[in-house]
Amino acid sequence: MVRYSPGTDLWGEPLSALQRIQEEINRAFGDQRWSPPAEFPPINIWRGLEGIIVTAEIPGVSLDAVDLAVHQNTLTIKGRREPEAREPEAGFHRRERVFGPFSRTIPLPFNVDPEQVKATAQNGILTVELPRPESDKPRKIKISQS
Amino acid sequence: MADMTAHPQAGERAERTRNVPVLVPAADIYETEDALFLSLEMPGVSPDAVNIMLDQRVLTISGCSRVSVPEGYSLTHHEYREGNCERAFTLSLAIDSDKIEAELKEGVLRLKLPRSQPAPAKTINVKTAE
Repeated sequence: MVRYSPGTDLWGEPLSALQRIQEEINRAFGDQRWSPPAEFPPINIWRGLEGIIVTAEIPGVSLDAVDLAVHQNTLTIKGRREPEAREPEAGFHRRERVFGPFSRTIPLPFNVDPEQVKATAQNGILTVELPRPESDKPRKIKISQS
Repeated sequence: MADMTAHPQAGERAERTRNVPVLVPAADIYETEDALFLSLEMPGVSPDAVNIMLDQRVLTISGCSRVSVPEGYSLTHHEYREGNCERAFTLSLAIDSDKIEAELKEGVLRLKLPRSQPAPAKTINVKTAE
């Protein structure tokens, strides 16, 4: 039996998945109804035999303003979205972009060696590669005949 | 004050041939005395995949992000989609289309649309017939 623990577990959270779908539908259809995603940055997680790749959408955030931390089996993405410099007399027509600090903690299914983590950013997409430790990889067990 | 609304027909004109989602990028728009500034969040879009078109008063910005699937990996948790983004605005300002500047940096497209200079006002002297 697995006890249901709301909130922290990304590896099985049916309600948040529904919420994401709702947000996506809103974003795809109505430009009037555009709303920022609930959590920033939105992330995608890819899983493979060699480890996990986390990608996050961080438009307008430079890599210097992002702080990545790996501790045992958690990855924390912290940073700040700085508002753009503009002329003081500017009159706003639309203000949809959100600025300010952000922080997200992502639970991982295994412990990660921080030395092995690679992170890159391109065109506003942050990619964090978290290799799976050798001790966690499946091992073939030989059956000896007695 | 110039009024600006999203173009109502954008995206409804015809169906797309590619089955990828079309997203509406978040935008900040502000105007100053001499120009209109737009910044749109388009993460994952490379500079050569952006199209900006000003047709009369309709400004259309579109971009496509290449869906990147790391080899040997499968998606297990999914919060954002990669796809095309498009947004169109109807401008009520007169824009000097030759002087539009566009820059894409860190997934944010910034546009500067300078106002076109109106023809200088002419004063007409009225002669009085004596």
